Amino acid sequence: MNPFAGGKKSEGNHMIRKKALAGVATAAAALVLLAGCANQTGTTGGSTSTGGGKVNIPAVTSVETPKDAVLPAGDGKGKCPSTTTIAYIGAETGPNAQLGINIFNGIQLAVNQHNQANPDCQVQFKKFDTEGDPNKATGPVTQAVNEADIVGVVGLPFSGESKATGNIFEQQGLVHITPSATNPGLTKNGWTTFYRGLGNDAQQGPAAAKFLTDTLKAKKVYLVQDDSDYGIGLAGTTSAALGSALVGTDKVTTGQKDFSATISKILNAKPDAVYYSGYYAEGAPFDQQLVNKGYTGVFVGPDGVKDDQFIKLAGDASKNAYFTCPCIPGELLTDFEKQYKSLASADPGTYSIEGYDAATVLLSGIDAGKQTRADLLSWVKSYDKDGLSKHYKWDSTGELQAPAVYGYKVQDGKIAYIGPIGQ
Amino acid sequence: MLELVLSGPFLDNSWINFDVNALVQNFWSATFDGLTFGAVYGLIAVGYTLVYGVLSLINFAHSEVFIVGAYGVVITLTSLGFGPSAPTLGPLAIIGDLLLAMVVGMIEAALTALFIERVAYRPLRKRNAPRLAFLITAIGMSFAIQYTIFLLQGPLGGPSGANAMPSITMFVQHPVFDVFGTLIYDVQLIIIAAAVILMVATDLFIRRGRTGRGIRAVAQDPDTATLMGVNKERIIMITFVLGGLLAGAAALFYVMLVPSGVIYNGGFILGVKAFAAAVLGGIGNVRGALLGGLLLGVIANYGQILLGDAQWADVVSFVVLVLVLLIRPEGILGQTLGRSRA
Repeated sequence: MNPFAGGKKSEGNHMIRKKALAGVATAAAALVLLAGCANQTGTTGGSTSTGGGKVNIPAVTSVETPKDAVLPAGDGKGKCPSTTTIAYIGAETGPNAQLGINIFNGIQLAVNQHNQANPDCQVQFKKFDTEGDPNKATGPVTQAVNEADIVGVVGLPFSGESKATGNIFEQQGLVHITPSATNPGLTKNGWTTFYRGLGNDAQQGPAAAKFLTDTLKAKKVYLVQDDSDYGIGLAGTTSAALGSALVGTDKVTTGQKDFSATISKILNAKPDAVYYSGYYAEGAPFDQQLVNKGYTGVFVGPDGVKDDQFIKLAGDASKNAYFTCPCIPGELLTDFEKQYKSLASADPGTYSIEGYDAATVLLSGIDAGKQTRADLLSWVKSYDKDGLSKHYKWDSTGELQAPAVYGYKVQDGKIAYIGPIGQ
Repeated sequence: MLELVLSGPFLDNSWINFDVNALVQNFWSATFDGLTFGAVYGLIAVGYTLVYGVLSLINFAHSEVFIVGAYGVVITLTSLGFGPSAPTLGPLAIIGDLLLAMVVGMIEAALTALFIERVAYRPLRKRNAPRLAFLITAIGMSFAIQYTIFLLQGPLGGPSGANAMPSITMFVQHPVFDVFGTLIYDVQLIIIAAAVILMVATDLFIRRGRTGRGIRAVAQDPDTATLMGVNKERIIMITFVLGGLLAGAAALFYVMLVPSGVIYNGGFILGVKAFAAAVLGGIGNVRGALLGGLLLGVIANYGQILLGDAQWADVVSFVVLVLVLLIRPEGILGQTLGRSRA
């Protein structure tokens, strides 16, 4: 028999149980009441930021397609063995995968156009997934460099993984063009196989600073950086250029979800603008939580944040966002936009056109008979032609000569181009 | 030690740097943010504490009980039309939806806890397996559930497994009042108050009720309790369900705070923190779980602001945990469930 079930006692217990139930009911009631109060304060809720940077910058809706740009189709007379392969190595999955998807779709488009126009040169295209993670990148890179048929690579997209794997390419003499890694230090490793297909953060940082203080007229800028090589490097060049406009800095980590400590520091500093040096996976929830806590200033992020995913993840909070990027808007080049759309059933994203251009550099080399790793490497080294996005000519370290930085903003739930910045 | 590091060459590179000024400036907001997160840790910690109290077993899969609850909350809210942008509903509709999401989260978490007990622990108990075996199955269960979510998330219509579920903004947060120049937000008050009320209710349930007495009896001496007519298996099930219900409630509050935090492995670090909270307060002690949670939340926030880098938050909180345990190995309140008589 259950000793707890005795006469008098059970009565007492019954009462207590009632009490406990009442407690739970009170809890629910209190929750409802509190939430009710909370919602009423909605109409009177104060704002905490001074709200600077409310400058209306018109969107630019067309960009001229360069006339002399080299296209992947070439003259249609390319000849190569059917095993000739170029590869994309970078994120296909992972938290920042969209940036990688934009790139390999651009490459796929270039390869398709090339193969269609050159019946005697069917270049194969292989993809290797790094998840954008420096710790996981060495595996796929090693695998790729050991495939002798791969003569050229587009990648790796991110700075951290590029830094971690540059030596492997160097040892195997395999040329690779990054369409998007912007950390300035990458070209200071003495690598001869690394080429950067865009401007770096030594240009983007000062351009972003100038954009913040001159164009957006922000007097107080708060800078937040993540812990990636990219975020740290860009934060360094940006804060140096911001000078006295910089009122505070804070650090977040890759994979962080809760930004309350950083946000309370920002709200206390009352900046006109927040510059986030990192990727959209953290940037989007950060902006969302920032705006949700009453921040009314602008949010500026670099190329790592500039993606439709940012808007999708942050929702309405993204209305306060601007982006800086050493990339041109591929969606405004009508032909490219149409072709890309029919392949990927989506608009070209950030770095789609840079991926396309980088692939074109490699494909035109293959058509010109440079079909070994050594030949293709020297082809890229002496390359000096226009692409769709810019003129491609590298210096001895693998940096482009005279790259530019461009501005973007969020308008009607989309990313709109606002022209070159920082000049 | 710290002296040594600080006076070394690292100082010039600002490897570590104590921003006392920032902590002073942000003291109250850090405190309230910390208490809010601490309340969530505390609610999850009860699950660890109860199971430990009754079975002397660390249920490492409890973090998955929580994350399944969080998926329940997010899926419910998404299907009710919530998304990354703030909803345009009236306050009553929002509260109704949130309560519904909470109930779904609680039920799913409780069912998961029950499932884990059935599949991973009961068969071992029947065979008198050694303690270590329970620990291993717990970890195994934890991974099994994590990767089941990872694999199913994409095919079932969510984003691919490596990505978090779409974020949910339940309502726009508003400052309710001002403490020494720091705005206190409605969401913070709701979470702290709700957590405290739920904890008090749980505490009362265990201290006063008949089932509660059964739980304490089994915790104290399972064999004697069985001889006295307590249905041990039933008590164990109730213990798991109770922990699951609170984890489900915690899931709603967590999504309020961190709208984009629902990812297959998102429970892991939270589970570790909640477990630490349970140990800090005194494992096996329900009040200790709340106290430990609140303390841990606040300490982590102070640490992060003091050292200016989110990576320090966990370092600081776990160093404090170690220091406390060095002085008081049984935790701050240090009672076991069995001895906590009303």
